[in-house]
Amino acid sequence: MRVAVDEREARPAASATASPAPIRSWSVAIAGSGGAGVMTAGTLLLEAAARAGRYGLMVRSSGPQIRGGEAAALVRLASVPVESLDDTFDLLVAIDWRNVGRFADEIVLAPSSIVVGDADEGEVPDIFAASGARSVPLPLKRMAREMPGSWINMLALGLAGALGRLPLAALESAVRASWHRGDDALAANLAALSGGYAAAAGLGGASQPSEATPLAPARGRRWLVSGNEAAGFGAVRGGVRFVAAYPITPATELLEWMAPALAKVGGALVQAEDELASINMIVGASYGGVPSLTATAGPGLSLMAEGIGLAVAAEVPVVVVDVMRGGPSTGIPAKSEQSDLSFAVGGLHGDAPRIVVAPTSIADCAATTQWAVHLAEALQTPAIVLSDQFLGQARAIIDAPPLPDGVARRVTAPANDPDYRRYRDTPSGVSPMAIPGTPGTVYTADGLEHTESGIPSSQGRDHRMQLDKRSRKLASYDYGPRWASVEGSGAYAVIAFGSAVGPVREALMRVRAAGLDARLVALRLIAPIDAAALAHALDGVSRILVVEQNYGAQLYRYLRAYADLPGRTESFHRPGPLPLRPGEIVQAIREWSAR
Amino acid sequence: MNDVAAALAARTAQDYKSSYKPIWCPGCGDYSVLSATTKALAKLGLSPEEVVVVSGIGCSSRIPAYTRCYGFHGVHGRSLAAATGLKVARPDLTVLVASGDGDGYSIGGNHFLHACRRNVDLTYVVMDNHVYGMTKGQPSPTTEPDWDSRLAPGGTGLRVFHPLVIALAAGAGFIARGFSGDPNGCAELLAQAIDHRGFSFVEILSPCVTFRPEQREWKERVRPAPVAATSDPARAARRLMTDDGFNLGVLYVADRPTAQAGARAATAAPDDLVREFER
Repeated sequence: MRVAVDEREARPAASATASPAPIRSWSVAIAGSGGAGVMTAGTLLLEAAARAGRYGLMVRSSGPQIRGGEAAALVRLASVPVESLDDTFDLLVAIDWRNVGRFADEIVLAPSSIVVGDADEGEVPDIFAASGARSVPLPLKRMAREMPGSWINMLALGLAGALGRLPLAALESAVRASWHRGDDALAANLAALSGGYAAAAGLGGASQPSEATPLAPARGRRWLVSGNEAAGFGAVRGGVRFVAAYPITPATELLEWMAPALAKVGGALVQAEDELASINMIVGASYGGVPSLTATAGPGLSLMAEGIGLAVAAEVPVVVVDVMRGGPSTGIPAKSEQSDLSFAVGGLHGDAPRIVVAPTSIADCAATTQWAVHLAEALQTPAIVLSDQFLGQARAIIDAPPLPDGVARRVTAPANDPDYRRYRDTPSGVSPMAIPGTPGTVYTADGLEHTESGIPSSQGRDHRMQLDKRSRKLASYDYGPRWASVEGSGAYAVIAFGSAVGPVREALMRVRAAGLDARLVALRLIAPIDAAALAHALDGVSRILVVEQNYGAQLYRYLRAYADLPGRTESFHRPGPLPLRPGEIVQAIREWSAR
Repeated sequence: MNDVAAALAARTAQDYKSSYKPIWCPGCGDYSVLSATTKALAKLGLSPEEVVVVSGIGCSSRIPAYTRCYGFHGVHGRSLAAATGLKVARPDLTVLVASGDGDGYSIGGNHFLHACRRNVDLTYVVMDNHVYGMTKGQPSPTTEPDWDSRLAPGGTGLRVFHPLVIALAAGAGFIARGFSGDPNGCAELLAQAIDHRGFSFVEILSPCVTFRPEQREWKERVRPAPVAATSDPARAARRLMTDDGFNLGVLYVADRPTAQAGARAATAAPDDLVREFER
């Protein structure tokens, strides 16, 4: 049956919204062929912005090639924190035009935008010219040639930095700090940076805030971090000391951050032969008493399903970070999508309760991953962290987030208990776990259904008791206020999770500025759903919009199945690969609220 | 003799046996492997709580609960992965891994290769009976190509998997073959394997009298290997490739660096790591 409202697939708004934009920001796309250094330019621009006391966000976009494909660094700068890309770009700098047209959907321009390209490298592709943006040809290649040893991307960086109103000193400082080559090359490239900066004069700025910003905030008050790094930090902070994982886009950076970090804090990382090994290695390590984690993406999560079920049955705490990407199957590896939710909440055989949490921002990747470790350890169960490619791979300048307490605390068994039963049916459902090495409490952890002592059993009574116990420990736990961020008030509510939260939050700022009162429920605890807390948060709400980035409205369907939602609930969902933008959500909210 | 030594000397195989009655068929070779395991642990005087027996799924994999050590009975084919994680995270423990020819060579084949090359200090015991017993008689990777079964009528027609050769090629540093009909010999092999630093592989011919009653004749065919163990991989390869599968004993021992770190000391507190993010 096709339900008009529920099944309708939302489509991204192609043009900018006319809504007032409470966040004043400036966005640039630096694009070109792989190897042209656009990612370096974008990274340095963000670094310079951090040094200049600004906030910002950078998203990397590239073709599927490992080397030599097209690439674009998408950077948004602001004087307040930003959690998503804006709807349009104020500036597009193309080092060359080869295949850059493939980014037309991602790099949306407006008539007020400026396009800087090298006329010697060809005309601005029609697909960009059609936006009405002002085209400014600059002979980038020739300019670089006049400064021997310099690179075009440094010209582009200077140009972007100037139009983004960053002080030249901040740009120079960022370049110097990252420099790994000789002094001659540094001098040439600083000259190119200045040349690009000077070339910006007379081009005219865009909607850049003009207020002066401090050159350097007190060190430590801000972070420049990706969600993957933040998640790794949260894991270590939560007590994780063993990681086993198999490389997979877009989770690999999390592992690459953790490998040296674990070595410093006395832990270890093993690169496993596959994801079947990863999950079983961490179950083995955690059985040994060491809080353990793996990180993967959808294909790896699918392979891990059996092992996660083992952790449920044998009651071994483990954390699995799923940095979601476009699916099914190999899907779209380097692009974001929130389409693993159904699998995360329901994708194990048998009745297998598990924890599923989702960070609500890049900053929140740290605290939520730490919370996942805490929950897994406290409840002796697997916890899946639903991050995604956008949160994981985007880098942002953020206020240093508050770091919660909550190092892993596992209830362990004292030595020499003559009546020790590993799977004892306790009131909370959590039973003390004997850690190998403890005398007098030996037992065998088992994926077979078992008695309270851990002996395999196919008796209905034992099965029922253990199912009840495993369900009860998750259902009766007090998850506290961290289950969601509830912001705002009013009779309208928008529910979102993961990387959808940032653009939804910004869209709500805009519609509130236009007079529509609506509250945001940014879910962190996806499973088990805290239905009572959700009902309380939605008290007085008559209309709900569930916003998510997938084809099948997975969160919407899940909430409809497990929660009593007040009033009328509708869905705004569309698949990746384009990240959700505030403008399209504003449009969706307008249409929804007018219905 | 001091107290510790006295306590060690007092350990017997019985100290490592649990009170649970095995569910194996009468006459199964795995009873003897259990007995050899507990004898080897007693011989080494290891504290039962410092030993973990890890297994997957299959008749062989029932062994952990029959010992009085810590046990981990995981999912099919993944025992080496679980054991690797455990040993890297807890290098202080002695970790034994029990498997069978289906669990270890078929569904778990990839982990076998990588456990050999990773050389983490595990003792891997595979009870090989050339058949899937728990699912009632299907061919395994070591089953003869003409062995008739309901799943593969007339036989699989596939050449057999050669686990010892594979182990050598993949980098195992200790390779031995035992026979369950010789529990004392197996106990000796297992004790040497546990003592070996790095990954050690002990294949134990363990007849399935239910589905492969002809394997009762194995006791007539096995013999001690005619020559001592070699540490030369080329020589070992030749011997393993040409033997008939019934030479018993340690066949290859080499000292290889193990991928496993020792106990690791922290050089930083977790919150120190935040400095690289700070601006």
